[in-house]
Amino acid sequence: MWYYEKKLQYPVRVSKCDPYMAKLLLEQYGGADGELAAALRYLNQRYTIPNKVIGLLNDIGTEEFAHLEMIATMVYKLTKDATPEQLRAAGLADHYVNHDKALYYQNASGVPWTAAYIQAKGDPIADLYEDIAAEEKARATYQWLIDMTDDVDLQDGLKFLRQREVVHSQRFREAVELLKEERDRKKIF
Amino acid sequence: MHHSQIRAWRPYISPFDPCPPQKVKTYIVPPNLFVGFQPPNLQQFPPAAALKYGTLWPIFYSPYEGRGDREMSDIK
Repeated sequence: MWYYEKKLQYPVRVSKCDPYMAKLLLEQYGGADGELAAALRYLNQRYTIPNKVIGLLNDIGTEEFAHLEMIATMVYKLTKDATPEQLRAAGLADHYVNHDKALYYQNASGVPWTAAYIQAKGDPIADLYEDIAAEEKARATYQWLIDMTDDVDLQDGLKFLRQREVVHSQRFREAVELLKEERDRKKIF
Repeated sequence: MHHSQIRAWRPYISPFDPCPPQKVKTYIVPPNLFVGFQPPNLQQFPPAAALKYGTLWPIFYSPYEGRGDREMSDIK
């Protein structure tokens, strides 16, 4: 089970009225390499991974949900005061007719999230290598999102999230090293 | 530290390219590629800086200030 802390992991500030950026941010909300996919991937893989790395998947999967609500906050702030005309100008008319201003798990192109984005192969090395790749892809996505806005406050939140991808990738790489069980072994040739 | 995580390469430029060429392309090599297991007793950021940077550990800090293609364009 979880305990919920009613605050964001890192403060989200958005200073520029830019509904189009909300559309782009959806890539990290319901995209293939987004936070929802990451959270569900890790929290599902953890059941069948060796004991010594279950806790890591549990912790990182949980943190991904904290990132998900940061992205949700950004999207909400960028769209909550937009008129239908402004949403149309931002390319969000198709979103508006289906969802009003509700958030929806889809990517920046409007493709709905699917479990086909994630894998649970049951092979610990295969699963952890997918996790490392997912973190690097999310890191790259954050870079391209930072490039698409000049709002320094929004960039600040995105830079925090990007850095967390770097740290998570590091931890998954360490998990692979743990499973290799090579660290303290005397090498005799 | 900042530029040590950036690598650059020069793509082929055709005389018939339709757009002005980007002579140098860059990509990031984050610190997680080089560390292996985190060594013990590393230096830490103070708590407020750690929150701002998104990591407690200076060796894992990876700044990103937008793509470096343009700034790196004078690299040989």
